[in-house]
Amino acid sequence: MKITGTQAIMKCLKEQNVNVIFGFPGGAVIDLYDEIMRTEWLTHVLVRHEQAAVHAADAYARVRGEVGVALVTSGPGATNTVTGIASAYLDSIPMVVFTGQVPTALIGNDAFQEVDIVGITRPCTKHNYLVKDPKDLVPTIREAFHIARTGRPGPVLIDLPKDVMAAMITFPEEKPIRMRTYRPTYEPHPGQIEKACQAMLHAKRPVLYIGGGVIASNASDEVTELGRKLSIPVTMTLMGLGGFPGTDPLSLGMLGMHGTYYANMAVAECDLLIAVGARFDDRVTGRIDAFAPEAEIIHIDIDPASISKNVEVDIPIVADCRQAVAAMNSWFNRAKDFDRDKVAQRHEPWLEKIRGWKDKHPLGYLEETDVIKPQFVVEKLHELTHGDAIITTEVGQNQMWAAQFYQFNKPRHFMTSGGLGVMGYGFPAAIGAQMAAPDKVVIDIAGDGSIQMNIQEMATARQYHCPVKIAILNNNYLGMVRQWQELFYDKRYSNTTLDVAPDFVALARAYGAVGLRATKPSEVEPVIKEALATDNLVIMDFVISREEGVYPMVPAGKATTEMLLV
Amino acid sequence: MKHTISVLLQNKPGVLSRVTGLFSGRGFNIESLAVNQTLDPEVSCLTLVTTGPDSIIEQITKQLHKLIDVIKVTDMREVECVEREMALIRVKAEAATRAEVLRIVDIFRGKVVDVSPKSYAIELTGDDKKIQALIDILKPIGIQEIVRTGTIAMARAKKTP
Repeated sequence: MKITGTQAIMKCLKEQNVNVIFGFPGGAVIDLYDEIMRTEWLTHVLVRHEQAAVHAADAYARVRGEVGVALVTSGPGATNTVTGIASAYLDSIPMVVFTGQVPTALIGNDAFQEVDIVGITRPCTKHNYLVKDPKDLVPTIREAFHIARTGRPGPVLIDLPKDVMAAMITFPEEKPIRMRTYRPTYEPHPGQIEKACQAMLHAKRPVLYIGGGVIASNASDEVTELGRKLSIPVTMTLMGLGGFPGTDPLSLGMLGMHGTYYANMAVAECDLLIAVGARFDDRVTGRIDAFAPEAEIIHIDIDPASISKNVEVDIPIVADCRQAVAAMNSWFNRAKDFDRDKVAQRHEPWLEKIRGWKDKHPLGYLEETDVIKPQFVVEKLHELTHGDAIITTEVGQNQMWAAQFYQFNKPRHFMTSGGLGVMGYGFPAAIGAQMAAPDKVVIDIAGDGSIQMNIQEMATARQYHCPVKIAILNNNYLGMVRQWQELFYDKRYSNTTLDVAPDFVALARAYGAVGLRATKPSEVEPVIKEALATDNLVIMDFVISREEGVYPMVPAGKATTEMLLV
Repeated sequence: MKHTISVLLQNKPGVLSRVTGLFSGRGFNIESLAVNQTLDPEVSCLTLVTTGPDSIIEQITKQLHKLIDVIKVTDMREVECVEREMALIRVKAEAATRAEVLRIVDIFRGKVVDVSPKSYAIELTGDDKKIQALIDILKPIGIQEIVRTGTIAMARAKKTP
């Protein structure tokens, strides 16, 4: 029996266990939207801008650990997804984006709403396809999901010409996917595990440095076991937050440009750095030759190209992070000469030194009684949600304060545009996260600048009853750039003052949401409590101390030990 | 250091642009490029010559491997191989120099593939040094036009049975 291409696409989604997609219709995908209306098991979330569909799918994927799906039309619908796709690519988020395309006969003709989206997204997708032959439709979709979720995950785009979706096809049976050219390595090499474990056994000043790969491969339990078993302090990248309990005494918090003093000092003085699913990003390393200069480096990553890309690695392990760390744990469980207490004892001087750094420069801020400190807001959010909320962020100061002061204890609870740094990510991501976890408290920690980049999604959140809480840390500035201007440009605040701003409380009301404002520290807690008790979309407008900075800070191009402190 | 890298890839639309896009996007350079079908019509062989320190070459091969359509990447520096390129050179050949040009072409085992009253077009294959040598010799006589292919390379077979 033959079915239409659009019916086949729906069957493929069902096959892949997709039941929520984010999208926006248009001419090229009108047939597919007609089919969606007939497909009862599928929830389509109608966003108000295509970029938001991709960010929402991104966060949906992160919360669920599944492939996120976005659907848009050709031309501008497709180009509007580019920022979202690039963000997902840099953060290695599994995602499939369907774009409509003009009929095959018109491709290359500069037809209405035609754009070469496959060409445009080639450098920012893991892979992409233009389906020209209807018989390739189903195998392509299956392959796309396979590529998106396996290996180092990433976004895959499928461009669907209108006539291909309208064609009648036979739905092929599902077969295991075997690709000649793509076979990621999951299992670690036992010899490399042995070498790495020997190095760990003999290290005096080890540090675990974990990144988004730990979250992506669900390796948090294994990493936590390893860290505790060997008394190794653990630092996390922005993408790795939640990969190890933030409140654990072994946690050093985040490292890098706005990392903690003690994390950066520990990395600078360690003799063994165990990198797990992290990629030595410039925001982490600072001046590269001063990064972990005395350390032997072990690097576990599923992507061979990440290894020795920025920093020469001594013991590379190409593997799935979870499998590799699990193999290490069982190596230590078997090892005769491994004595947990002895190792703990040997590491004690090192841990003592780190505690010294922690006491000297803890993560903190100068408290004030008359103005609201943004860090205080984040701490209060943590306290009142018992550290259990899903936090999304925009980009800039809000993002760093969230990362520093909301101590994440669990994976898949923190969503931020880490690699690309997209202002406007947090709010649509919060909608995606809420769709993925309807019972969780989802908070977008935002700035007054970045919230305006996708503020139109207020309508989406309302339409789908997403009771997202937006916490705007409102300083009337584009705060992070202002901070740089303050420090390095002689306080010349070029175009970072937001002279005209909406009344966010009134704006919330305009969308049928709840708007709350706090202007004094004493109002912070009641506002948060009221927001948490409200079963509706809420904007909390926190008027914060205007020129508060994010500290510690490693100036660009400096060594991570050259921190500016509070 | 110069490296010749041989890449087997799926013969699909857009594959070449994935490779060249990777090079431009990551700031790697391509000195020459040659691509054509292999015996298997679904597979193309792309040969490119690039330069860079070992760390960059390592990144190039890893990043090429990462492309979904790439089947195999070989750095020909790591194997014994034969490398060839071809050049078509139009050189001035007037009464006084016609015979000399032919002698030179003969020494290089080149071929004359087009003749006009005032010029010869010469076909030459060889590695880039040989082609450069002929160019250097012919230059004083007067080269009017040169077209060169990219390098292609093939690993030598094992000499012991």
